[in-house]
Amino acid sequence: MTLFKRRHVLQTLGLGLATLAACGLTVASAEDRKSVRIGYAVSKTGPNAGGAGITTIPNYVLWVKDVNDAGGLELPDGSKLPIEVVEYDDRSSAEEVVRAVERLATQDKVDFMLVPWGTGFNLAVAPLFDRFGYPQLAVSAVTDKAPEFVKRWKKSFWLLGGGHDYARALAAVLVEANKAGTINNKVAMISIADGFGIDLVTAARPAFKEAGLEVAYDKTYPIGTSDFTPLINEAKASGADTFVAFSYPPDTFALTQQSQVTAFNPKVLYLGVGTGFPVYFKNNGENATGIMSLGGIDPNNQENAAYRKRHEEVTGQGPDYWGSVITYASLQMLQEAIKRKGLDREAVSEELSTGTFNTVLGETKLEDNQLRQLWWTGQWQNGQFVGVAPANRPGASKVVLPRQPWKAQ
Amino acid sequence: MIVTAILAGLVLGGTYALIAMGLTLQYGIARIMNLAYGDMIITAAFLAFALYSGAGINPLIGLAIAAPAGFILGYAVYALMMHPLVARAKDRVSLETDSILATFGLLFVIQGVLFVIFGGNYTSYSYLNVPVTILGTNIAANRLLAFVLAVVIGGLLYLALTRTRWGTALRAVAVSPSSAALVGIDVDRQARFAFALGGALAACGGVVISMYQTFTAASGVVFTMKALIVVIMGGVGNVLGALSAGLILGLVETFVATYLDPGLTLAATYLIFLVILLWRPSGLFGRSAR
Repeated sequence: MTLFKRRHVLQTLGLGLATLAACGLTVASAEDRKSVRIGYAVSKTGPNAGGAGITTIPNYVLWVKDVNDAGGLELPDGSKLPIEVVEYDDRSSAEEVVRAVERLATQDKVDFMLVPWGTGFNLAVAPLFDRFGYPQLAVSAVTDKAPEFVKRWKKSFWLLGGGHDYARALAAVLVEANKAGTINNKVAMISIADGFGIDLVTAARPAFKEAGLEVAYDKTYPIGTSDFTPLINEAKASGADTFVAFSYPPDTFALTQQSQVTAFNPKVLYLGVGTGFPVYFKNNGENATGIMSLGGIDPNNQENAAYRKRHEEVTGQGPDYWGSVITYASLQMLQEAIKRKGLDREAVSEELSTGTFNTVLGETKLEDNQLRQLWWTGQWQNGQFVGVAPANRPGASKVVLPRQPWKAQ
Repeated sequence: MIVTAILAGLVLGGTYALIAMGLTLQYGIARIMNLAYGDMIITAAFLAFALYSGAGINPLIGLAIAAPAGFILGYAVYALMMHPLVARAKDRVSLETDSILATFGLLFVIQGVLFVIFGGNYTSYSYLNVPVTILGTNIAANRLLAFVLAVVIGGLLYLALTRTRWGTALRAVAVSPSSAALVGIDVDRQARFAFALGGALAACGGVVISMYQTFTAASGVVFTMKALIVVIMGGVGNVLGALSAGLILGLVETFVATYLDPGLTLAATYLIFLVILLWRPSGLFGRSAR
């Protein structure tokens, strides 16, 4: 009998804990205009939590703290209202994120919604944001279709560019290095058989061809691959000076480790998501130098440096070098647009589309509802992941090739 | 090239074998289909990470801490959660259903606790990531360690199970729990011990894997799946079966990635799984009838 009770307690406890973990939600009483309600659904658990936990969630937390510490969101009449957050965990499920966004709009009746993490999830909720009339500042979404999307969903904004932008920029860097005689024109390329990898590699194939680069090895690998030795050996045997991997963070980390072990030293090493994570430099130290990826920062931008410092102080972790700062900038744009136009979502969307904003990125203005002032290619230099392409953008660092061979750690 | 592929395959297979051996003990002898097995692996991985990055404790010493901790955790889980299920189960099938449901719940509890403590971020550190040259091929020392551990643990367990009185009792429980009781074996005690031993093996696997693989609080289920394939392929409850099935799987994946296409590794895994089950429905080393 006691055992039975104990089991019961355990079950209840388990259920309780699971529920707690699954939906950390806060709903407070909705009295009129003592606050501005900001809602969002984001992957706090599940496979996407790793990405959301570095690029999205810490910036939401930081921004809400920054705003509330300053007395709240400023409205056109100069009054300030504190932010009240309604948060859902989508558990990395597309059905769940759609349900949560619908709930935010219809039941919680939030004033503004922040976006979920990931290209697929942003696309999944775009029709809902549109139907309920909320502006959608999609940050962690890389898509070449943005120009079409902004026509279909007028209040959608796409801030991280498309696969073609990154692929063309990389091709330009490679062609330049080839002309200088630093590398040969062969590229070995691997990609993950999932959204990001497929998008990027589909863009890279024609971009490399156009640029006159020869793709000597081109394979995809399934999600969950943990041993890259065969791929690295094949790439090594292909004779290419350039190795490109459109990979997810676990693969990026594994590729780095396994390249060191197999003494694989391509002159250009370009890896995917995860290269710009602070932990990447922490784990690899000096060996990170010269490795390239998507994104980057201008190391001399004071605003950005201050943001990075504050991010680390408040959230206890550093921001990544790609989407993090864009996420924070998108929130600043929203904040400023509310200050200029109030809580009217229509007017705020219009302002986001046409206005010019001062953010951690510097002066920021969207073109055709898209952010185009981005770093397409970055490289680890002196302990920072700096933007190297477009090379003519102010603040660009000069790309340093060839990459030094691995040093023993 | 072929030597490289064979060595890489064996080392990868070593990892698979290492994580599968604990599950085969838990499922084969204790008859608990532990869906939270992968999360026990991840818990050990986080423990090793916390010890290494927080207190600077060498993961090899972490291994010596995690293995007994895994044993105790396994023992406690069996005593608190599984014992009541075993006691009331009418037959094997109902125990399996109950244990699947209970450990499915446990999976979320462990995952939830890990989320609260460590958050959902990617966790990785690197240890023993130095090349060891064997027959002209560079192999990472940490992966080699997983392989050696798998072979040593597999071999020792095999000897213990076949050559000792204690092992004979465990096997008797695996074959027929009801008859084992008739010859004076304390079935419950043996099952609890086997389950705890499985927990210790899961912890070993977790610590070794944490040295070279990136993990998050949510990645336990991946390991459960992989271990389950290996266990079923090798024959439920058979340690030697898990070892050979793990190695076969590693070799197949590496050969397919090297000579066919890396994109086909998953397909090849399930193809070989299917072929083996069609050829021997109870697995490589499984008994054909129960």
